[in-house]
Amino acid sequence: MSKVIVYPPTSMILSDLVERMGHKALVVPERVRELVTANDVQSPPLNVTPEEPKKGLRYAAVDVPSGVRGRMALIGPLIEEAEAAIIVEDPGWLTGCAGCSRTNELVRLLIRTKGIPVLDLNYPTDDAQAKVFVQKIKLFLEGLK
Amino acid sequence: MKVTKYVITSSESDILPSDIAMKIYGSKYDVSVKETCFGVMVSGEEEVVNALVKDIRALDPAGIFIKDRGFPPGDPRRCRGHRGGGARPGFYMIESESKMLPMISRALASSGEVLPIPEKKKPLLPSRLEEIIKEDLS
Repeated sequence: MSKVIVYPPTSMILSDLVERMGHKALVVPERVRELVTANDVQSPPLNVTPEEPKKGLRYAAVDVPSGVRGRMALIGPLIEEAEAAIIVEDPGWLTGCAGCSRTNELVRLLIRTKGIPVLDLNYPTDDAQAKVFVQKIKLFLEGLK
Repeated sequence: MKVTKYVITSSESDILPSDIAMKIYGSKYDVSVKETCFGVMVSGEEEVVNALVKDIRALDPAGIFIKDRGFPPGDPRRCRGHRGGGARPGFYMIESESKMLPMISRALASSGEVLPIPEKKKPLLPSRLEEIIKEDLS
């Protein structure tokens, strides 16, 4: 079983397909859960403390907007943990923690420079493309340890 | 550790969110369930929820999708009942991807050979167009 990071990191389809094929999908909700359900909520309501942007400093410089560093505090550890990646380019709609274009560029860059196997895809628009989409993910995941 | 998962049904699936909720109510699992328009949210201990979603997926393996959720169901920090209405931020992503679920379901259900998609014809390069014009005029 490999740990596979998916981009967009909140994708339902990608995380489901990864889990369905016996691997572990690395997704943002898990990190969010750790923060918001922690026993000691130090900074209500979301428990995002000044420490989070500091964690993001590992991935982005201090002059980068704190929103990028805050997001990287969630997504950066996932990239470090990842053994493979599935990236869907230009989904056309990204919201919430995936809704920052600069963060998304940085996430894709860090994934690509990590040197792990990466599968690049586009979301399907018809049945033929959907079959190829699923088939490519299946073959990619079967090729992992 | 307590976890929360979405169980989302494809719009073409024969299984309704209420069917899933009824199955969970009648099951042996100690979890809390919230029914939504697109599926259900299941919350409980991690091992219990994982075993339960495996059982639920068996109802329609190609038409039921599972997604992790950070906040517990009804959490006042996210629940629209406490925030004065409006969808929670993560809903828009689910809404957008839900439109694709019927296609993905059919792709998962099909076992036939996958035909390669023919490449789109590239537009004629301006330089080639100039050559054609020159050939015709000369």
